[in-house]
Amino acid sequence: MARWPPDARVDALSIYAKAADRFAGKVLEVSDAKLDPWMVVEPAAIVEVCGFLKDDPATAMDCLSNQSGVDYRDRIEVVYHLFSYRHRHSAILKVKLPRDNPSVPTLEELWKSANWMEREIFDLLGVNFEHHSDLRRLLMPEDWPGYPLRKDFVEPLEYHGISTTRESPIIRLDAKKK
Amino acid sequence: MPLLNTLPDYVLTTKTDELINWMRKSSIWYMLFGLACCAIELMHTGGPRADLDRFGAAPRASARQSDLMIVAGTLTLKMALRTRLLFDQMPDPKYAISMGSCASCGGLFQLAYSVCDGVDKILPVDVYVPGCPPRPEALTEGLLKLQEKMMTERWLSKEPGNGSVAA
Amino acid sequence: MYFQFGVPLALTVIGIGFLAAMFGLQKILAPQNPYERKLIPYECGEPPTGRAWINFNVRFYLIALIFVVFEVEVAFVYPVAAAYLDWVKRGQRLYVMSEVLIFLSILFVGLIYVWVKHDLEWVKNVPE
Repeated sequence: MARWPPDARVDALSIYAKAADRFAGKVLEVSDAKLDPWMVVEPAAIVEVCGFLKDDPATAMDCLSNQSGVDYRDRIEVVYHLFSYRHRHSAILKVKLPRDNPSVPTLEELWKSANWMEREIFDLLGVNFEHHSDLRRLLMPEDWPGYPLRKDFVEPLEYHGISTTRESPIIRLDAKKK
Repeated sequence: MPLLNTLPDYVLTTKTDELINWMRKSSIWYMLFGLACCAIELMHTGGPRADLDRFGAAPRASARQSDLMIVAGTLTLKMALRTRLLFDQMPDPKYAISMGSCASCGGLFQLAYSVCDGVDKILPVDVYVPGCPPRPEALTEGLLKLQEKMMTERWLSKEPGNGSVAA
Repeated sequence: MYFQFGVPLALTVIGIGFLAAMFGLQKILAPQNPYERKLIPYECGEPPTGRAWINFNVRFYLIALIFVVFEVEVAFVYPVAAAYLDWVKRGQRLYVMSEVLIFLSILFVGLIYVWVKHDLEWVKNVPE
């Protein structure tokens, strides 16, 4: 039962070692960070690896506690935080995707919580989740152009006739002062 | 067939104006349109300590039964379309108070991609109440300012009203 | 001669007059500004979808039917109850009571029928 960070790290690394043994070519990299180490998995194999982590009684990951997307300049990553209520240990998986047409299979059949989390990642970063039952925008309006949380997102100048900028009289006064 | 369109131009009403405006200002039923944190202060203003009901202002949940829309909170672009439709569905004469800095100008979230900078981009606002959030006393003063504005209205004016503003 | 109807007449006149004054003032004083977006059905700000006329469950009709029947029965019993003391003074107490009880028992048979057929329950628990 891992409650203290060093124990949690040892538990997580042992989980990654087990997964790396089982899926030799699919686990690309296991990090050795001091706090919260993670494991990078090939995108096509993520469902297999997560299924193994969920079903194996020694790991028993019954909860996908968080799923998020990250936009680095050269790639987009999807990060999965798994947690086991039975053993109280957690694991972190990452998937690295190219920036144009990022696509990864969905984890909806394993954990239902992935449904909305993947919808949010699709809405804000544009990652396509294959075989998702209902992939549409969650937070932004349905006809919003673009993916707002990408680094190269440019705000549209207007939406349905409403302009998205507002002149500020304070800035104008400053300009006059100069 | 209201009298508005049938009386000729040279007819003036003074005490009638006062009477009608007094009747309208003493019974402003506001729509509970709390969108974000300003909604908490709106609830406080309707509560026992700073009471809006002593001015005759009763809260209504539906746009069809209200005269005043107090937009309390940040207006996102997704909500802005619905806000405009709700304002359209209020019966005349209708008024709008923009409560808080988010509703007046976008506030703290002005640079965000999803925020509509100010509710006056979509509907005509009568009174702006600044604050983040404005205290109940500030919102009460906003309502009193609106009452003063209502007393200056003229019953026989030929303005087309809010119907001609495009969505 | 019909002076006992003076009070109901006054009430009727005042009632109708009050309503007429309210509606009349509204027609004269209120601003009328109907336009298309104002008149579409209210759906809390969303553009309305679907029809406003939907099928509703027939149990509402059943409840209303049963209510009307027994309400009319009660309406018939009220005048008897109001004038009962007059009948008692004339010594025809038993006659009136038996008439009313026969009337109520006929309708009671109807109530038993509705009860047995599970029409008084909102969700009919009919054994399969």
